[in-house]
Amino acid sequence: MDTINSATQTRRGLLKCMAWGGTGILWTVSGGVPKGLGLDGSALAAEAGGFSFVQVSDTHIGFKAEVNPDPAGTLQVALGKIAALPTAPAMIVHTGDVTHLSKPEEFATAADLMKGARLDIHYVPGEHDVIGDDGKGFFERFGAKGATPGGWYSWDQGGVHFVALVNVLGFTPGTGGTLGAAQLEWLEGDLKGKSASMPVVVLAHVPLWPIYPQWGWATGDAEKAFASLKRFGSVTVLNGHIHQVVQKVEGNVTFRTAMSTAFPQPAAGQAPSPGPMKVPADKLRTVLGVRRIDYAPATGLAVADTTLA
Amino acid sequence: MRVIRNALAALAFLCLAANAFAAQTGAVTIDNFAFDPPSLTVAPGTKVVWTNKDEEPHTVTSVDKDASFKSAGLDTDDSFSFTFDKPGTYKYFCSVHPHMVGTIVVK
Repeated sequence: MDTINSATQTRRGLLKCMAWGGTGILWTVSGGVPKGLGLDGSALAAEAGGFSFVQVSDTHIGFKAEVNPDPAGTLQVALGKIAALPTAPAMIVHTGDVTHLSKPEEFATAADLMKGARLDIHYVPGEHDVIGDDGKGFFERFGAKGATPGGWYSWDQGGVHFVALVNVLGFTPGTGGTLGAAQLEWLEGDLKGKSASMPVVVLAHVPLWPIYPQWGWATGDAEKAFASLKRFGSVTVLNGHIHQVVQKVEGNVTFRTAMSTAFPQPAAGQAPSPGPMKVPADKLRTVLGVRRIDYAPATGLAVADTTLA
Repeated sequence: MRVIRNALAALAFLCLAANAFAAQTGAVTIDNFAFDPPSLTVAPGTKVVWTNKDEEPHTVTSVDKDASFKSAGLDTDDSFSFTFDKPGTYKYFCSVHPHMVGTIVVK
């Protein structure tokens, strides 16, 4: 069995969870400070009152280079992993680069595949989703109801405040992601009425901390967003873009990037460019993955990354 | 003698035409997340062709919106061209990977 039984807090439950996690990480966040799970599994966060959700990222429908000529197929493997979970997640969050080239047929294929999950899905765009039309095609299909004109939005679920940001529009030469003054102002207002003890999950495509600005793996004005977030006890930032798991903890903020379901990218600075990393066909699924996040009021957030292998 | 003179004139014309043609096109290759050459100087009226040799899609987007050259997403081996009529310095970048920047100088 390679799934998390989120209702089980026994050692066996933990082992199942770790099996689902594969070679991935397994962390919990309590009061904003992540720690590794204890062997007794007590930190598994699916108690009464909690819920779980799944992060899918960088599906790149339309990609056809040698490393993975069938990103639709690998997305289906990912959705199969999610469907096999014994407890259905409350939703999927997709952190962008749904498509490779923003083509209408790519949006259509992606929407059809994602619909197959039969789950609520919340999207943020990646830079590959907004090529040539400033996101018009993306937002028509995946825009959230009640989103601001800029496409960013927020919602509350199970005691957690979710903020979905857009940092792939308004790119200027030499920079990475950008949030922009209008979005930053909106964020400040959005968070104003929230209790500091409410956990906040922030979604955005490009990392909200400078992982490797030389490759555009940074968001220039993200620091201003954290001025609005610093009073919260637990902030979890879920990003995509770099097709690998990288994480960092700073005070009460935990940053995590996710694996892609389409193709891997090299570690920062470890190749001449951030283009697709070539891996043997039989190793591809070991470098693709999805992420599960469990939340319970008593224990906070627990995160498990699993590969598609 | 007249024949030779005519032949020379024709040759000169051909050379001029060839030079003129050579001056009318420029090429930029996109490879490894970079524009090559990063800066290209051309004469007014030159058509510049960008070709993407990367496995990643890129765009050619002018920094100055009024200069109005803006490609669609260029997949592997796709090309985009633009003819520069007016002298000036035209900066551009890839709107997908904004750390990729290039310049066309027209003079």
